[in-house]
This record gives sequence, C-alpha cells and structure tokens, in this order.
Amino acid sequence: MTNTRMMPNRRHLLAGAAATAVSIGAPAIVRAAGGPLKVGVILPRSGFEAGIGQDCQRAVDIAPGILKTLGMPELAIMNGDTESNVDTAREHAEKLISDGAQLLIGAFDSGQTTAVAQVAEQKGIPLVINVGSAPEITEQGYKFVVRNFPTVPMLLNDELAEQKDVFDIAGVAPKTAVFMHVNDLFGTGMSKGIHGLMPKYNLPYTILDEIAYDPAARDLSVEVTKAKAANAEILLVVGRLNDAMLLTRELVKQRWTPQAIFSMGPGWYENQYTKTLGKLSDGPISLVPWYDPNKKLTTTLLAEFAKVFPDLNMNTNHVYTFEGLLIIADAYKRAGSTDPKALAEALHATNIVDNVSVGPGIKFDAKGQNTGLKCGAVQNRDGKQVTVAPKEAANAKLEWPMKSYQDRA
Amino acid sequence: MGLDVYLNVVVAGVLTGLVYGLMALGLSVIFGVVRVVNFAHGEMMSIAMYIAVVLFTTLHLDPLVMLVPIATVMFVFGYALQTRLINPFITRPESSQFLLLVAVAIIIVNTLLIIFGPDAQTIQTSYAYDSFQLGPLIVDATKLYAGAAAILVTCVLFAFFRFSLVGKAIRACADNYTGALVVGLDVNRFYALTFGIGAACVGAAGVMMTLIIDVTPVVGPTYTLLAFVIVITGGLGSMAGALLGGLLIGLTEALAGLLFVPSAKSMFAFAILVLVLLFRPQGILGKRAS
Repeated sequence: MTNTRMMPNRRHLLAGAAATAVSIGAPAIVRAAGGPLKVGVILPRSGFEAGIGQDCQRAVDIAPGILKTLGMPELAIMNGDTESNVDTAREHAEKLISDGAQLLIGAFDSGQTTAVAQVAEQKGIPLVINVGSAPEITEQGYKFVVRNFPTVPMLLNDELAEQKDVFDIAGVAPKTAVFMHVNDLFGTGMSKGIHGLMPKYNLPYTILDEIAYDPAARDLSVEVTKAKAANAEILLVVGRLNDAMLLTRELVKQRWTPQAIFSMGPGWYENQYTKTLGKLSDGPISLVPWYDPNKKLTTTLLAEFAKVFPDLNMNTNHVYTFEGLLIIADAYKRAGSTDPKALAEALHATNIVDNVSVGPGIKFDAKGQNTGLKCGAVQNRDGKQVTVAPKEAANAKLEWPMKSYQDRA
Repeated sequence: MGLDVYLNVVVAGVLTGLVYGLMALGLSVIFGVVRVVNFAHGEMMSIAMYIAVVLFTTLHLDPLVMLVPIATVMFVFGYALQTRLINPFITRPESSQFLLLVAVAIIIVNTLLIIFGPDAQTIQTSYAYDSFQLGPLIVDATKLYAGAAAILVTCVLFAFFRFSLVGKAIRACADNYTGALVVGLDVNRFYALTFGIGAACVGAAGVMMTLIIDVTPVVGPTYTLLAFVIVITGGLGSMAGALLGGLLIGLTEALAGLLFVPSAKSMFAFAILVLVLLFRPQGILGKRAS
C-alpha cells in the first residue's frame, strides 16, 4: 500500500504563510473601505470616580442617534474602564488598542488621561480628550492627541473674568469674601492661581479667610463655623460633589446664607447635588465649562438628553464627551480612512462651528488644544441650571443675592 | 474669633464624637467577648444604611422609627455570620480571621455596588436640616438625636451585660473560655449572640448615620478605620471606652480644625492614637492583658 498523504514542502509553507498574511490583512482592507470606526471610550466607570465616569457614558449612549441625523459616519463603541486608577487606565488603553480600537476618547481624570495619552502616542493611535485640564498633556509635542477642554490656566482666567461679568450684571461690588477649598492638588493649585491672578482682574473683594479642608472630610461643621465667623459677603469654593453637599447642609444648619456662592469646579451643578438637596440646591453660581443654550446643536442635544434621561440635567461631562465623539465622527468623515495618521491629521484640521459648548467653536492649535473654549456662569434655579453669563450665552437673568436658606419651605 | 465660635465648635465636636462612639460600640462589644477584630465593621454599617434608605424611599418609613427593626435585622445577620462563617475560624491564627473578614468586607462593598450603583443615596426627613438656636449657640438637631441614641444604646448594653443572666454568661465566656466550657455554657451560641448584638449596634449606628451622611457602597472602609482608632483609643472591649474614645476624637478634630489647619484635623486624631499606644497601650479604659 502506498502512502498517499501529501508531505508539506517549502512551497506549501510559503503559500500558507501568504494566505495567513492575506487573511490577517483583510480586515484592515475592509475597514479602510468604510465600516464603522472602532472608538475605544476609556472612562472611570468604577472606583471612586465611578459616578462621573458613568455620567460621561450617558453622552456616549445618546450620541449615535444625533450624529446620524448630522450625516456623520457610524462609530463602533468599545468600552474601557480605568477603575479610577492611573495604572489601570494605561493597561486598558493598551488592551483597547490591541483589541482593534482605531481611536481613543477619554479619560476625565487628568492623571489617567496623561497615562492614556502616553499609550496613544507610543502606539500611534489618536486620542481625543473629553475632560482633563492638566496643561502638561498638550505641552508634550504629541502628534496623536487633541483636547477639547480648557486647561487649568484657561479655566482660572475665565472663571475670574466671569466673576467680574456677574458683578457687572448684578451691579454690585462685594468687598469681602471667604475662600474654602479642598486641600489636594486641584484645590491648592486653584488657590495659588486665584491669588496670582486676582490683581490682573481687579476684583472688588478682599479674601478675609482661606479655609483648606480634607477632600475626604466626613464633617465640615467646624470649617463652616470658621467661615461664618469671618462675616464675609460672598463665599468662594473649590471642591467636589461630596464636599459641596456637606457644605450646603452646614450652611443651612448654621443659618448662614452669603450674598452669593461662587464655585470654581465640579460639585455644585451636578445632578446628585440638585437631586439630593432639592430647593436648597438653588442659588450657587458655578463658573465652569458649559453649554451655550442658544446654539442650535445644544437644543438638539438637550432634547435628546431629556428624552433618554428625563430625571437628569445635562452638564459639563455630557457636553464635552458628546463633543469629543462629534469631533471623532467629523474627522473620520473627512479622513475617509481608518489610517491613524490620516485620522490624526483630520483631527488637527477640525473646524466645527456648529457645536454645543460656550465659545466660537472647535478648532485645535499646533499643540492639539482648543484655545477658544469659554466658561459659563451657571446658576442653580428650581433644580436646574441656567446660564447667566457671558451675555452671548445667557438664557436667564441673574438672581442676586441668593435667597436665604431659612426662607425656603 | 468670639467665644460663641468656640462654644459652637465644642458642642459640634462633642455631638460628632458621640456619633463616632455609637458607630464604634459594636466593634468593641464583639472584640471584648469573641476576641475577633471585625474588619467588616464599616461595611456592615453600610448594609444597615442601605436598608434604611430603601425603607425610606419605598415606604417613607422614618429612620428613627426603623431603628429597632433594622437593628433586629442586623442582629440576625450578625448571628448567622458568626455561626456559619466566623465560628470555624475562632481557634485559627489571627491572620486567617483577618483575611476572612476583609473578604467579607470586599464582598459587601461590591454587592452593594452591583445592587445600588455608585451614586450617593440619601434620606431627606422633615428634620434633616433642623437646628436649635440657644442664644449664640446653634445645635445640629440630627447630631443631637444621634448623640442621645449613642448614650441610650450604651446604657442599655451596659445594663444588659451587667444585670441579665445572658449578659453575665456572655461576660463569663469572655473572661474565661475554658471555665465557661467546664460549667456547661454553650460558648459558641453566646459568641453568636454577642456578634449579633455587636451587629445590632452597628445597625443602630448606621440608621442614625443616614441622617448625617450620604450613603455610598464605599462608605464602609473609612468608618472601619475610624472605628479602630476610636476603640483602640478608648480601650478595646470597653463599651464606655468606645464612647469616650469617640468623644475624644470628635472633640480633638473639632478644636484642631478651629485652632490649627482644618485639613489636618484627622492628623490630630491619629496623634491622640499614637500617644495612647505609647503611654497606655490597652486604651484609656481598657484592661491590661494578663
């Protein structure tokens, strides 16, 4: 009996290798022909920043429908979780890329975003930063990273300028203030910046007392007692959601309502704040990156958001995450390819005028930073947020002074 | 700063301290008898907090009314936990007990995260923002109620362990394990009862805490650490020590916040702990190990 089994030779091996190479290369060829762009959305979906990460995700959930109506190409979303941790952010960014992500967006927290940006640059995969304000990220000369969110210096300058706008609108010039802030990198950095920039903006008040408190504080009664004792006209705060709620409760219990509360950071406009405190959440003014309620696309986004999340208010997290996806879809449409270099070039050439956030639109400088972004002065009113400044983005009249906490039923 | 500021801060510190004491009481009771350090203490408190939140949001039941029922539920939970899970570890090395209870803590946190999500939950009672004004003094109503509950629970526990037969039997088990076995006491049952009582204390504390803080799945570990600081300062195993430790930490934090830097007030609480460990390792009211 003869053995009819064919033995592999060098020619067969070469043919096999070529077939394998073709089969591996095929998906790339198909993708280049124009399927949905695979976008790795990396956010802190668990850990101590889980609430904010999941808030950003809401914008990811509603974006496809709106982008479709704008005639944008389809995006295939791949989810990654930083677990609120820098190292995990790096690992998950690498994993998303190895799983086929052709572009990344994220990652809310500056530290985590820095790690993701390093991975994106190393792998040559574009990254669009939705939220993250550390200026260093766009100072590294990265070619694949763009940011549609203000840096800390931009934020600070704009927040102080907006305060002046608010005083002008109210026709007041408060003489005294007390400043409370979290004692961490964010709070102390803002404190230094505010003291450094105050003379430039010629603000009318003097800071009588500065109270730095523990970011993990369980109780802020002593801090509020101290602030109240300063007998200042206005209260400036830099903090986050947890301490915003603690401070408000103490203000109510200790029966102190300043003329105005200016928040330069998150917390005071967030859904959890308004939902938890009800009528007591009304009055504070947040100086934050916000949406321009008078823009056409904002109306569309607000309507879709209200339809899908009827119990929530749209905020910074939703606006900038949505705009991030808008930037990606627009770049993909213009690039007409999933090639990372073509996508990066298209991102840098972005020029979107019909956008959502306050400011002239979305355009990046040579470093990949959108320098046209502006903050809004947003006041809580009846459990929602209204924009009171700048004038071109205002949709409501300023309420000054704040209604006393004791007079609210 | 006027005298009224100091007065307000001292009163706030005392009330916060009493709340801390109530929270740490269960840990002290369990260690005093079972000699197991409950590393899932704060997490057990968060279970009670979530029960209170669910009852309030679904049935509008006031936490103060639900204090005893929730404490009872937590008693059953503690009893079951001791008999089913912890009892086999009683005679094992402390490292095994530590790992077991840390595992329980992690399971509780993640289960709560799965069920309730990461957002903070809160209870808004009609008196949540009340305060009493006595001249220049402003007293936080909810902290006053929680402080009163802390004193009441401590008195009830003290009376139970001092005067009831079961309480005396539990103390006998704590004083002499072998002796208790020799005289025919069902030590395992008394251990389970004690763990149940400790869990009920934690439950009561959790219910009161919902009036003061928001509830999140990750609220537990912070309070586990704080409870340790308090009971080590007051004396592990001493009920009065837990209350005293809470008072001391609360008052120290308040005064340090006023006189020094508010952000460093926790540092002063830990400084008290270091001093106690240096000069009175058994705690202020703790018994020296024989």
